[in-house]
Amino acid sequence: MFVIGERINGMFTEVRKAVESRDKGAIQRLAQRQLAAGADALDVNVGPTRGKAVDNMLWLIEAVQEVTHAPICVDTPKFDVMEAAVRACRNPTIMNSTKASPAELDRFVPLAVETGCRLIALTIDETGVPRDVDGRVTMGATIVTKAMEHGLAMTDLFIDPVILPVNVAPKQPAAVMGAINQLKLISDPAPMFVLGLSNVSQNCKERSLLSRIYLAMCIGAGLNAAIMDALDEELMQAAITAEVLLEKQLYCDDYIAAYMSSR
Amino acid sequence: MPVPDVKERYSGSVNQVTIGATAEQGGSRTSTVTIGGETGLPMLSFEADYPHPPAFALEVNTAGADDWHGEVRKHVSDVADDVEKWAAQCEEWGADLVMLDLTAAHPDRGSRSPQECADDVKRVLGATGLPLIVWGTDVNDVDNNVLPKCTQAAAGENCLFGTAKDDNYRTLAASCLADSHKIIAEAPSDINLSKQLHILLRDVGVGLKDIVMHPTCGALGFGMVYIYTTIERGRVAALSGDALMQTPVVVNLGKEIGRVKEAVSPADENPQWGDLAARALLWEAATAICYVQAGTELLIMRNPEALQQAKAAIERIWPQPGADS
Repeated sequence: MFVIGERINGMFTEVRKAVESRDKGAIQRLAQRQLAAGADALDVNVGPTRGKAVDNMLWLIEAVQEVTHAPICVDTPKFDVMEAAVRACRNPTIMNSTKASPAELDRFVPLAVETGCRLIALTIDETGVPRDVDGRVTMGATIVTKAMEHGLAMTDLFIDPVILPVNVAPKQPAAVMGAINQLKLISDPAPMFVLGLSNVSQNCKERSLLSRIYLAMCIGAGLNAAIMDALDEELMQAAITAEVLLEKQLYCDDYIAAYMSSR
Repeated sequence: MPVPDVKERYSGSVNQVTIGATAEQGGSRTSTVTIGGETGLPMLSFEADYPHPPAFALEVNTAGADDWHGEVRKHVSDVADDVEKWAAQCEEWGADLVMLDLTAAHPDRGSRSPQECADDVKRVLGATGLPLIVWGTDVNDVDNNVLPKCTQAAAGENCLFGTAKDDNYRTLAASCLADSHKIIAEAPSDINLSKQLHILLRDVGVGLKDIVMHPTCGALGFGMVYIYTTIERGRVAALSGDALMQTPVVVNLGKEIGRVKEAVSPADENPQWGDLAARALLWEAATAICYVQAGTELLIMRNPEALQQAKAAIERIWPQPGADS
């Protein structure tokens, strides 16, 4: 499981304050805590911070790069911010994200190929998030076609089939898993699959439990990566356990400790 | 149309482990042996590196060779009553290392005392300049008395001591740490137990890079396939980045050959199987070669002619650096 830590995001008050007061130490501590907890990469999102988005993004990336060589997942929908950010990244970089409309893909995919980045593409277009499996599969096919057209390797492409909160969209969790299953079947080699996991439990009472169980179910369906709260110990343990049960990790009695120390 | 690139690229590699210490390194060996370092599955020179060929050890047994099969015993009978002569002869025969098996300490084989065993170790170290492997009796209480004396007697020589098991590893681990030796972790054909044992050893302070794993052994025709797949599965995990499985593999196969009917049955019993001497020799050599192809880095054998044949065969097929890549 490729774990992308979600906590460096301006939506969190502590991050927003740190960005606005240029408190590098706070960001760096958050980066290191997530990596120690099992994150393989770090999502970086300026969120609703004051000031110019591009300046804030570059400052955040620099703060993170000073303390780790771990991959950085540049999280912005704006092309100009993305381009400036990926060119400033010395660490391996994941572009997060592009939408599935051809015009967007024609800008983001060539940038990923040119800069050697991996790319997350969402199954969203100008019509919004598909309501069912078929809509996601159609958009997924568009993404794969565009990636191949521009020469992006399937190992560098993550499709995010976009999960919505279960309390407002109860049919969506099953639809997302169905889409992962079908897209894996129709593309060979298959791309990777990622989810912004925490969205599934947005505004729900049992947030941690919902995210945890859903992550295990999605790993069973073929999910390769998640943008998630690596600091949630039980969530990390669920991910590791699901991979052991699929024999993606070798079992031993202390498999949690083995996984954490083997990274 | 371009030819697709089908090369596997792994994130992990096998640890390199050196056995033996020369005078400059604080020991008295005239040579050392380094095993491991592969970056891919065995023998795929077009996609991986193989910095060290497999190493071959010959067994010297403190209980002699009276219970060995005649076709093997005939090679060692002149030296089998003297571990010094035997060890020196192993060097002549072309072994890369000597494995001293402490069978005589076994309660059923004479209960040789810890001090006498330690003296045996010292005598072998004096008789040969080859790096040394020391193998216990597989009786936990005996090993826990005998092996610490032996690690002390060999301090500075960077030997390989075994075996540590999941129900008996603390004493040997502490002794190897104290006297700076490498350790053999043994889990019988059980990859999950093997991984767990490596965690247990690490938790008591043994470095993962000081471990060689022994998945136990079956001869060709006698359960070899189980061990083969165990080694292979562990190696795939190791190459995929599981640090706990990146230890090289030792297989103690010489003693297993005598259990196989095809390797010991006289020619008059099964004439269609042909000459017994050739069969016994080929059985051990072929078993060794199969284990190299499974991913084994260190092979312990009994029959010196079989060792020579296996070594020569592996030399012919072992990937040369940069040959295809």
